Amino acid sequence: MATVRLSFSPAPVHVRTARLVGVAVARRAGVAEELLDEVRLAIGEACTRAVALHRQHGLTDLVTVEMSDADSYAVRVIDHAPIDASIGLAKLLPDELADESLPDEALTTGVGFALLAGFVDDLQVRPVDDGTGTEVRMAWPVNRR
Amino acid sequence: MELSLAARTVAGHTVLEVGGEVDVYTAPRLRERLVELVDGGARKVVVDLGRVDFLDSTGLGVLVGALKRLRAADGTFGLVCSKEPLLKIFRITALDQVFPIYASIEAATSTGGDGAGPTE
Repeated sequence: MATVRLSFSPAPVHVRTARLVGVAVARRAGVAEELLDEVRLAIGEACTRAVALHRQHGLTDLVTVEMSDADSYAVRVIDHAPIDASIGLAKLLPDELADESLPDEALTTGVGFALLAGFVDDLQVRPVDDGTGTEVRMAWPVNRR
Repeated sequence: MELSLAARTVAGHTVLEVGGEVDVYTAPRLRERLVELVDGGARKVVVDLGRVDFLDSTGLGVLVGALKRLRAADGTFGLVCSKEPLLKIFRITALDQVFPIYASIEAATSTGGDGAGPTE
């Protein structure tokens, strides 16, 4: 099993780096080429969410992305924001999406979760084992060579 | 790839051609440009996503913001998109039921600006 871990300051500019690394490791792990766009989008969404939460709470702690390729390609995105702020997998309905009164932040969060839930079959959102924060865990099948 | 933005007029519509990656880092520039266009008087706005190779929830949020802004100003807002991976993003988020999505700039700009009849 190989593990790659990346930690970055909670700034939007680094989310792209996380996506690039996540897709490179996925390719190397043997994730099918046709799934790589979904891997890229899902890692980006999970990291965007983590960065947004850290910024909302004024946290400078690093966001961590850990990729490993045991039985599947597993990616964990770990934030350190208070849990009550971060759990909620509500998918917005079309009427709600275009509702004038829906704040931009709520729209982006709802759309982000819809993308994660829509693109990742194996998705878990749970509190971190130690301390404060949430872990978004995603996994994709790998083809062993 | 970096975000690229280029606006032009086609058949009375303001067409903003977007290229590259629209994500949490670059989406604010897209928002600024769209606000600038609407503040400058554009009322029939079409965003061409033909050269976009990555679009995330932040980018989608900016597009919804532009749609709301134009509705409030009695304008129209449509998207041009024919790439299956991007169309899938709109379907999964149900935003395909919110935006008029056209297969070509010609289709988007020949609707008389009523926003109806997307040819997706």
